[in-house]
Amino acid sequence: MLNKYPLWKTLMVAFIVAMGALYATPNLYGEDPAVQVSGLRGVEANLATLDTIKANLTDNNIAFTGIVLEKGQVLARFNNTEDQLKARDVLDDRLGKKYSVALNLTPATPDWLAAIGGTPMKLGLDLSGGVSFLMEVNMKEAINKAKVGMVSDFRGDLRNEKIRYRSVKENGNAIVVKFRKVEDLEKGQSLLKKRYQDLLLTSDEDTLMLNAKMTDKKLKEIREYALQQNITIIRNRVNELGVAEPLVQRQGKKHIVIELPGVQDTAKAKEILNATATIEFRLVDTEGDIGAALNGRIPASAILLREKDGKPILLKKRIMLTGDHITDAKSGFDEYSRPQVNISLDSAGGSKMSNGTKSNIGKPMATVFIEYKPTDRRDLEGNLIFEKVQEVISVATIQSRLGKSFRITGAGSQTEAHNLALLLRAGALIAPITIVEERTVGPTLGAENVQLGFQAILMGFGLVFIFMIIYYRAFGVVANLALGANLVLIIGVMSLIPGATLTLPGMAGIVLTVGMAVDANVLIFERIREEIREGKSIQQAIHQGYDAAFSTIIDANITTLIAALILFAVGTGPVKGFAVTLSIGILTSMFTSVVGTRAVVNVIWGGKSLKKLSI
Amino acid sequence: MQILQLKETVAFMSYRKMAMVFSALLMIASIASLAMNKLNFGLDFTGGTLIEVGFEQAADLKKVRQVMADNGFGDAKVQFYGSSRDVVIRLGLREDVKAEMLGNEILAILESGSGQKVDMRRIEFVGASVGDELAEQGGLAMLTALICILIYVAFRFEWRFAVGSVIALFHDVLLTLGLFSVLQLEFDLTVLAAILAVIGYSLNDTIVVSDRIRENFRKVRDTLPEDIINISLTQTLSRTFITSITTLLVLAALFFRGGELIHGFATALLFGVFVGTYSSIYVASLVALALGVSREDLIPEVIEIEGEDQEQMTP
Repeated sequence: MLNKYPLWKTLMVAFIVAMGALYATPNLYGEDPAVQVSGLRGVEANLATLDTIKANLTDNNIAFTGIVLEKGQVLARFNNTEDQLKARDVLDDRLGKKYSVALNLTPATPDWLAAIGGTPMKLGLDLSGGVSFLMEVNMKEAINKAKVGMVSDFRGDLRNEKIRYRSVKENGNAIVVKFRKVEDLEKGQSLLKKRYQDLLLTSDEDTLMLNAKMTDKKLKEIREYALQQNITIIRNRVNELGVAEPLVQRQGKKHIVIELPGVQDTAKAKEILNATATIEFRLVDTEGDIGAALNGRIPASAILLREKDGKPILLKKRIMLTGDHITDAKSGFDEYSRPQVNISLDSAGGSKMSNGTKSNIGKPMATVFIEYKPTDRRDLEGNLIFEKVQEVISVATIQSRLGKSFRITGAGSQTEAHNLALLLRAGALIAPITIVEERTVGPTLGAENVQLGFQAILMGFGLVFIFMIIYYRAFGVVANLALGANLVLIIGVMSLIPGATLTLPGMAGIVLTVGMAVDANVLIFERIREEIREGKSIQQAIHQGYDAAFSTIIDANITTLIAALILFAVGTGPVKGFAVTLSIGILTSMFTSVVGTRAVVNVIWGGKSLKKLSI
Repeated sequence: MQILQLKETVAFMSYRKMAMVFSALLMIASIASLAMNKLNFGLDFTGGTLIEVGFEQAADLKKVRQVMADNGFGDAKVQFYGSSRDVVIRLGLREDVKAEMLGNEILAILESGSGQKVDMRRIEFVGASVGDELAEQGGLAMLTALICILIYVAFRFEWRFAVGSVIALFHDVLLTLGLFSVLQLEFDLTVLAAILAVIGYSLNDTIVVSDRIRENFRKVRDTLPEDIINISLTQTLSRTFITSITTLLVLAALFFRGGELIHGFATALLFGVFVGTYSSIYVASLVALALGVSREDLIPEVIEIEGEDQEQMTP
């Protein structure tokens, strides 16, 4: 019989729409004010933390509606923001520095919904308010540092094997080693070849030079490592900010996206993110003549820097230790209640420090703080040029042979010691980064955007609803049902997919899908009208209408999908949100407007002998 | 209800010379405007800083400009944004200050200068390299989209239709860009997204028409390609109109209700849908016709099965 779906097919359509509706429901519940407690630097919140928090809240008579431990974080919900703020202050005070306490809005999804994976849609920053940064990693510096490291490694290797060389220098992307004799050149080459397989070695016996070039693979590795290291460090720093649900993600080859929802004090966030600092420990050159150095005659083995108060100081060129060996740094007080910073090193750093200090007890050691400040200039490849700002932040006398842990005193005030510790702790970057884009949306604008978006969606829907009913009467109602189901499915799918975020352009995408989704039904209905005009029976006309329009609908939607997917691939932030809703909308609308409406049409009109159709 | 009740086939193709001249003129005008006026690129592409603030009472732009100038930001562009209480301040890339700190600084200046509480609504800072990269990526995205679509349509239909639809898309994109250039509307990322959506929409229309043309080439015999195109366009005309109406309805909702932030987006789409509708009627099919589309190109090859005839002869 024409136009009858088997029962399972009708049920399947109903089931899919019902599932969509089920997963869309979490969006109907509001949000609870909550406090999120997460551990810092490797510390994870555990059951003991949970108990401490519970006890603290009860002691202070703060009522909470729920408290859970999840993924190393404790989340406590409250009835109102007043309790939430009180709880934040209490917990911040009691839990100490190992944890960050952040205000949060948690979806008030009922437990049974949450249990089956129901969550509301994630709102983009343009809707929720907050700040997003795009940071650029200075890859040139990463490669420079790798080269500098290689130069000193080469020297060490050759010296250890007692191979005599004239010089080791950088030259472009390569390291050039000059030897005195051909035998040394050969020995050096075979040694380095064994140790550094990712280098391309070429030698010239006439000039006695060995050229070690980094392979593309090696260069790529360095860049990759610099990016990954930065991401890790930024994650740590962001955690210190105490933001609920931050996002730190790589984007392309040298960019990192950071999204901090709900953050309004962007100045503090930027200060912490921007502080791309490294630390180096060097011995002070006590023999050099500062006066001569100031006149430009700096000894070959020394560098001239300035202390915080501007006093010039000569340091040994050799770096005793670089900051990447630092594993932890804490501020505290020494026996005389002076602020100090306690530093812990990894084992390699510990032995370097031990070797460097053993013969220098009683001599001054300087801590050099190096900051890379971005300038607005760019090099030929369009990369930002960074200015290296070096400052001696402390000069301390080496009291004894230093090992894996030691302390720096005289770092200034307590706050300065604290800041120094924070910077040291947040790790030392091999490549400096800079903010190249920032978008901050205030909470009022965010709320306004949500409202505007909803209004536009409702109004668009309303207009199309009315038009379709006037134009296609009963079939118009069917098309409207499909539109409604489509909206529900879009929201359901958006809520289910973890990466999908709703943005303002995304809402525009939903509105646009509404307008375009009816196109499939218009195509079908027009075709049915045509077939009826040609004198076909009603059932034949419906059948033919759906059949003939089908391939057109598929072609038209696939091509639109191509455009949407490309937009998804290149777009970021809000525009990506648009691409997401558009793509999802295209897929769901194909289902609702072809399969969905057919099911309804078949149930109402299918298989009956009809003389007239309300179309 | 019916809007169009066409008993006769409309001879669309007899106006093709006029359409061609019309389209050509518009395209030349767009190119000329793009060459001379350029596009008024938004912050996303140029880089710089934008601060949107909300005042408690209607803001006095002159005073805001004065306050900005007094604090060394004489180059700031100050405009109302949507209402008389919302003000947008734009600054170019500066070398002397840390650009990413600028937003907060200006907020403080405004608060002290105006004596009222200023609500920070939005701060955007885009560095120079980001803008360049974006422009490159955006252009690349559009090209990739066009090429992918060309391949798909060539695969599903015929290369003449593919060329026709891509030229139609190019036509739509160019005219929309032209509109933004002539009116000097701000071209930002959302507008770029809108233009890609226009590509999607216009293509939708073109495919529907091409599909009908293909169908009619197979069904209607002994008719000139020109007439077949006329018949197909007439048959799909009411669908084209209705879909345009529903799309324009929702776009109107976006335009009037969507707020200032997606005004450009809605404008680009509104215009794009108009042009897209026109181009799918005239540009796409006209190009296919001019390239000499014919029945033979669209009829699937008949595979003869051995012995098929014989079976029919022996009852």
